[in-house]
Amino acid sequence: MASDTFGMLNQFRNADLVKAGIEEIHRITTRNWALMEICGGQTHAILRSGLDELLPEKIELVHGPGCPVCVTPLEQIDKGLAIASMDNVIFTTFGDMMRVPGSTQDLFSIKASGGQVRIVYSPLDAVRIAQENPDKQVVFFAIGFETTVPVNAMSVIQARALGLKNYSVLVSQVCVPPAMHAILSSPMNRVQGFLAAGHVCSVMGFWEYPAISNLYRIPIVVTGFEPLDLVEGILMTVRQLEKGSHEVENAYRRYVTREGNIAAQEMIKTVFEPCDRGWRGIGLIPMSGLGLRKEFSEYNAETRFDVGEIKTKESEICIAGQILQGNKKPTDCPAFGTLCTQDHPLGATMVSSEGACAAYLRYGRTRTGISEKKNAS
Amino acid sequence: MCLAVPGRIVDIYDTAGMRMCKIDFGGVTREACLQALPDAKVGDFTIVHAGFALNVLSEEEAQETLDALRELGEIEDAMDGGAISGL
Repeated sequence: MASDTFGMLNQFRNADLVKAGIEEIHRITTRNWALMEICGGQTHAILRSGLDELLPEKIELVHGPGCPVCVTPLEQIDKGLAIASMDNVIFTTFGDMMRVPGSTQDLFSIKASGGQVRIVYSPLDAVRIAQENPDKQVVFFAIGFETTVPVNAMSVIQARALGLKNYSVLVSQVCVPPAMHAILSSPMNRVQGFLAAGHVCSVMGFWEYPAISNLYRIPIVVTGFEPLDLVEGILMTVRQLEKGSHEVENAYRRYVTREGNIAAQEMIKTVFEPCDRGWRGIGLIPMSGLGLRKEFSEYNAETRFDVGEIKTKESEICIAGQILQGNKKPTDCPAFGTLCTQDHPLGATMVSSEGACAAYLRYGRTRTGISEKKNAS
Repeated sequence: MCLAVPGRIVDIYDTAGMRMCKIDFGGVTREACLQALPDAKVGDFTIVHAGFALNVLSEEEAQETLDALRELGEIEDAMDGGAISGL
């Protein structure tokens, strides 16, 4: 039975079915459309499977801001670096954050110079480290979208249940709907349809989206991560655009319901509350963040540690902010693949497994690659 | 970071007051927190993100999605081959 289910799930990578979906998209597309996939995980999945090159030329995929380490504000990263440099601190983080450039250094360089920086798979592992090291302060860098926020919340709830006094979180969490508002209300906006992030919706549902869809008259389709999921999401969005409708649809029905996971939403509400949050490269988006509630303020690393004054300094060349808003492509950047590589990133979009620049470089969507393709065709 | 992986719950237990489980990812077994899925049971498939199970798979919905897409493929095959006749 179990192997049957694994087999069925593998069908979402079935090349024949993907091909049929792509052919249908070709068949129905008559005009130019720009679709945004919000989630950086989807950007990588699209480029890895080559879907971007199989779609009609009339369909442009614009890559969205859904890369948590990319949008974490530089100030928060510099704070994290300052805390990680302190004696008696074990600083824990998702691996993606290690190479994200701060103003002057990154977490890798702190670790290399003797700082206690540890990569964890889950914040619950950080809680375990705090239990095992009662004489150390253990800090978790709690970044992420609504997919990650429930487990971040759980770590704080668990730390309180265990009576831990040496666990705290440096919070920089963000939400998808305010970012969609920011993109759609920008005068630069050219997004005409959204592929909504499937795993964010598995937690939050999609009951918040009809208001956005109606306000901006834009189709929103909840989309998964396998090649067939992406093809179905794109197909449903293009169908709507071609017939001039703007509805919220769900192309990821096997995991996502309209109301989402209520227990996970309750966990979020227990520990966090909406707050203003700056997005790296984009700027402040009102009420787009989730910060610790007053009742949990003792777990706030920002008040537990005095990091002094933070003076941030961004790269002058990097155009990550324009890329995250869908205004530019990685190949528009003069530093892409030359001054800026995964070994020497100028911006966070080159580092993360969800960053658009990293995806373009990794899967060969370089300027040369694109011009070669054009010449060949 | 939002890439979550599907696996099958093979054991459910409590650790330090948290509902935890063992999940089989097609050969590799790992622990995950089941606190957000109070109704999940052994045998259910779930997606796990950062050690946290997010939702239970609806096998029925998965099958319906696949069937609909297969149907699309069959229609196109038929159109490609010009095999639609008797209409």
